[in-house]
Amino acid sequence: MADATLRFAPLNLGRWMIWGATALALAIAPHVFTQSFALTLLTQMGTLIIFALSYNMLLGQCGMLSFGHAVYSGLGAYVTVHALNMIGKGALALPVSMLPLVGGVAGAFFGVLFGYVTTKRAGTTFALISLGIGELVFACVLMFPGFFGGEGGISSNRVAGAPVLGITFGPAIEVYYLVAFWCFVSMVAMFALTQTPLGRMANAVRDNPERAEFIGYDTQKVRFLQLVLSSFFAGVSGALSCINFEIVTAENVSAIRSGGVLLAAFIGGIPFFFGPIIGAAVFIFFVVALSGFTHAWLLYLGLFFLAMVLYAPGGIASLILMQIPVMRAGRLRELAAPYLLALAAFLVAFAGLIGLVEMVYRLSDANLDTNMSLAGIAFNAKAQAPWIVSGALLAAGLVALRYAARFVGERWAAIQQDFEAGRA
Amino acid sequence: MSPQAKVQAQASGAAIELVDVRKSFGKTEIISGVSLAVRRGERHAIIGPNGAGKSTLFNLISGRYEVSSGEILLNGQDITGLKPFQINRRGLARSFQVTNIFHNLSVYENIRCGVLWSAGYRYSFWHRVGGLKDVKQRAEHVMERIGLASRRDVPAGTLTYAEQRALEVGITLAGGAEVILLDEPTAGMSRSETAQAVELIRAVTEGKTLVMVEHDMGVVFGLADRISVLVYGEVLATGTMEEIRSNPAVQEAYLGTVHKDGADA
Repeated sequence: MADATLRFAPLNLGRWMIWGATALALAIAPHVFTQSFALTLLTQMGTLIIFALSYNMLLGQCGMLSFGHAVYSGLGAYVTVHALNMIGKGALALPVSMLPLVGGVAGAFFGVLFGYVTTKRAGTTFALISLGIGELVFACVLMFPGFFGGEGGISSNRVAGAPVLGITFGPAIEVYYLVAFWCFVSMVAMFALTQTPLGRMANAVRDNPERAEFIGYDTQKVRFLQLVLSSFFAGVSGALSCINFEIVTAENVSAIRSGGVLLAAFIGGIPFFFGPIIGAAVFIFFVVALSGFTHAWLLYLGLFFLAMVLYAPGGIASLILMQIPVMRAGRLRELAAPYLLALAAFLVAFAGLIGLVEMVYRLSDANLDTNMSLAGIAFNAKAQAPWIVSGALLAAGLVALRYAARFVGERWAAIQQDFEAGRA
Repeated sequence: MSPQAKVQAQASGAAIELVDVRKSFGKTEIISGVSLAVRRGERHAIIGPNGAGKSTLFNLISGRYEVSSGEILLNGQDITGLKPFQINRRGLARSFQVTNIFHNLSVYENIRCGVLWSAGYRYSFWHRVGGLKDVKQRAEHVMERIGLASRRDVPAGTLTYAEQRALEVGITLAGGAEVILLDEPTAGMSRSETAQAVELIRAVTEGKTLVMVEHDMGVVFGLADRISVLVYGEVLATGTMEEIRSNPAVQEAYLGTVHKDGADA
């Protein structure tokens, strides 16, 4: 069996180039986006990328819809924060940069513990049990303040222990590179796992658990192992968020977190390995960037999620991948006009929607000033004109969008028809 | 079953032995005391009218259902009450009447999944599956045999019906089991597809024990060494084609009715 172990021959140049480009992007990102705000964003994206990919090891790869994945990242984070505090007191001789391994092992430990119960069943039962475990852990966190710190959580200081090579993790940029390093390692590791017998059988169990049982596989064990491995990476992500924020609270294990990672993975595209990477980036943009502009960010995120579920269940990744064969055939130009039209229609509708949402928000709270401005235009939310304009924009945009969609559809169908003809 | 009887079963060379197997769903008894021995290396067909319990019998042997009473032996070993994957690991593989494949995986990956366990890689997450030469060779060999080598990278869900049936058999064979159960392998096929399927089954089950449920009498008479007739959950007769044809009870209960309505002929 010596020749059967992990080996990368023949050298797959394309794959190496993609990984190389990813590493490069992670390395130079903070030098391209130099504002401190961008660094915050990038650091959180890196953390969520690991979490969303680990979530997709369950949903996309093994067909397990979990509503409680934050349990593993959150408990990993709690164990990490205690380890970090021990380092700070000098009771633990471990460099801070290795803490993600502590979080990972803790996550995997709880994966073994809870996974034994949750993976006994698949499908709806699994989803419901995962929800139950999530609520159970959340309740426990508030019930045992000794370890979990109650409502306030447990805070820490990431500048702890002897600095290695002068790195203290005091400056945010050092934390970013720590996250980037672990993010890259985790991405490679999780991709490698998809290429193993277990990873492939996870796909088989997702597609047809019954048949998998008849070719020698205990589907429960496949699900269990997949969940434990996934919890490890969730724990790594939890540890990084602990180092980044220097605090771990009950929110880390909450259903909100569990729901968030589901949204992120789905928006990005669960049928594809790299989908959740995109999803995590978009999600953080919504949460961190948009929340600075509007209080209704969650509504926009919800609407976006809804639109993806309805019109692009394969996520952003599928929308991108669909274009590749068209691009290869050199026919993307034919789609440029309909795409631009659809984009314009969307922007018009979206502008109308923003107007309505923001005005509703101003009116919903009596303490808020109804004098407001959007895109440099000042108006009063109690006046009639802004409502008429916003409503008209939304209506016109939606009508135009329908026509644009038909236009795109026709061009698209024509190209596909040519492809079919070319194949036959 | 007494220890003596067990020794006897082993000595007799039965690949599968059913001892007074019964199965009820609620109050309805579907299998009412079936005793049957399938000899090692033979091709054995189970025929019978619709609702006779043929598929149920397969589901009992392969562990999909649990027996209500009775014993099932595989190569003399008791497999009663074992899970499907445990029975599969002991050397029995089955196909399904309704195509049961991995729709989103490619043809090659479907077959490879069938190979992995028996090649000893189990739940490994430290081998790179693409680098397993033994698995690759076996999977490609099976693909050649079922005639799907040219469709290697096509998602299984997009294959034609006949191709999916061939893949169904391919997944079943991939693990290299010695005892093969095929549930209506030619169901829904055209005449020429059926003829091809018969040749395929004959070739790939060479030297193995085959038990098949089949409605098409042409297929049965072309392939089977022995035939068992199942009627109302009981084995009416077991024997060679001639023995079955000349058996008056069979003529009365099964072939006669078939000739009258012609449905299953």
